Amino acid sequence: MTKTVVELRGCTRDYGPVRAVDALDLSVYEGEFLALLGPSGCGKTTTLNLVAGFVPPTAGRILIDGEDVTDRPAHLRGLGVVFQFYALFPHLSIRENVAFGLRERRLPAAEIERRVGDALELVRLNRAGRQRPSELSGGMQQRVALARALVYRPRVLLLDEPLAALDRKLREGMRDELRAIQRTVGITTIFVTHDQAEALGLSDRIAVMSAGRIEQLGAPREIYEHPTTRFVADFIGASTVLRGRAVAADRVTVGAGRLHVRGGTFRSGADVELAIRPERVRVASGPGDNVLDARVEGLVYQGAQTEVTARLDDGQRVLVFVTEPAPVPLAPGHRVRLHLPADAFMVLG
Amino acid sequence: MILRLAVVALLAFMTLPTVVVIAVSFNPTAILSFPPAGLSLRWYENVLTYPQFQRAAANSLVVTAGAVALALPIGTLAALALERGRLRGRSVWAAVLLSPLVVPGVAAGLGFLILAAALGLLRSRGVLIAAHVALVLPFVVRSVWVSVRNLDPGLERAAASLGATPWRTFRRVTLPLLRPGLVAGLLFAVVVSLNEFVVSLFISNRVTEILPVAMFTYVVNYTDPTIAALSSLFIVATFLVVWLADRYLNLGRVFLK
Repeated sequence: MTKTVVELRGCTRDYGPVRAVDALDLSVYEGEFLALLGPSGCGKTTTLNLVAGFVPPTAGRILIDGEDVTDRPAHLRGLGVVFQFYALFPHLSIRENVAFGLRERRLPAAEIERRVGDALELVRLNRAGRQRPSELSGGMQQRVALARALVYRPRVLLLDEPLAALDRKLREGMRDELRAIQRTVGITTIFVTHDQAEALGLSDRIAVMSAGRIEQLGAPREIYEHPTTRFVADFIGASTVLRGRAVAADRVTVGAGRLHVRGGTFRSGADVELAIRPERVRVASGPGDNVLDARVEGLVYQGAQTEVTARLDDGQRVLVFVTEPAPVPLAPGHRVRLHLPADAFMVLG
Repeated sequence: MILRLAVVALLAFMTLPTVVVIAVSFNPTAILSFPPAGLSLRWYENVLTYPQFQRAAANSLVVTAGAVALALPIGTLAALALERGRLRGRSVWAAVLLSPLVVPGVAAGLGFLILAAALGLLRSRGVLIAAHVALVLPFVVRSVWVSVRNLDPGLERAAASLGATPWRTFRRVTLPLLRPGLVAGLLFAVVVSLNEFVVSLFISNRVTEILPVAMFTYVVNYTDPTIAALSSLFIVATFLVVWLADRYLNLGRVFLK
């Protein structure tokens, strides 16, 4: 079950003075769906290009099924790649696009015909075929790209922001379908995205990247609920990070207030960073445990929720998503009391 | 109203010389007078039977075909190198490749003459072909370069990921997508080479001279409408080439896209 299919060992890639990927170690297991998640410029696409063989690493080795492929050119790696803007061949029909990889493998014509049909059926595009890519909608082009990458049964599927070019409604539908197809085929998949919702919804594991390194690697729930660094806490779901000082193993002073942190194991007197999700913060009706005084700075009405930015007396900012009628009227300048539940904290560092 | 008059005037100004030449070519008398005194095909007959014109026409075909056949692949590779290659001094390379557009024909012709004489090649059509390659190269490079710029490098990566070797990628993806630029470059090259005169004058003799040079020699010696008839044929031929290209190679798309 935990056979390693793709392995990067100390991979570094420099572009001139810029280090895009920095001594990266990563193992991708058989059949898993792994997301490389991070903001633009974090090195996730470069990492994908290293695996695909589009760029050589400045240092480090790349292994596929235990075999060193670092010096093997892209066309001999036998991987399937879906590009961000699909990169369908505009001068070829849909069928010819899908058949491209099979033709390069010199399969007999009848076999090509049969497998192209199967692949188009897999992505539910059986009736497109003679058309040119430009005649298809974005969602359909996406399916063609997927069929083209899967038709020769590659060992690994690489997806570079495959949903980014679709509009929102289509993206959500396609996301589910992508997952279903990946499950059906059972192919080891590396998926690059900057969209945390996509990564959380699709992946078995997520590697959160920043500045060419992996900040945290783990299952979606683990990443979301137990971020280990400020960057991850901030990037995965908006969150507020508060600095305080421990006064006991599970007690922290933040400004003038005092917070109980369930499960805390702090050293007394240590500086502590606590993250909390805006949906866990409540507007309190009166003083109580884990309630801090703040002043409302701004409100953004978003329909299902109102995003409230508040500032504590010591100047730290707290983001709150208010989903129900607040017990006190909210307006910029008003004073509010915020309840930060003891079990809602994520301890960073 | 004024605008319309201006357009008519401009059209007249641009087409009148052509119209005059075609009209004169049907003149039955041996004088280059306008308007023609009647209608006759005798000068056309003269064109087609004059041996020097026959020889020059054959030379023109050989030189143009040879020059274009060489310039097209060279220009395509140059355009690819200029856009993609890890070149030092890219702008210098570009300037050199496009320089025949700005070097005066007389200077280029003189240069080719001295070189060819030094190498003892003056009697061959090879020198003409070489000169024409240099002269049409800027047009090929320019038009192919535009297509290379419009080419998404992601497509070539896609082909590689699908198992295509670099050569197969070039054949199956790069080249077909460069077609608009290649067609435009080919057309420009043919038209420029067929009409080239100044440089060719320096490096050809009675045996190797191409049609524009032969026409010039004829005009220097005789002043009858034969030359007008030949010019008319030239105009019609060029027009046909462009028209056929537009029809079968979708030229409009090439230039508009």
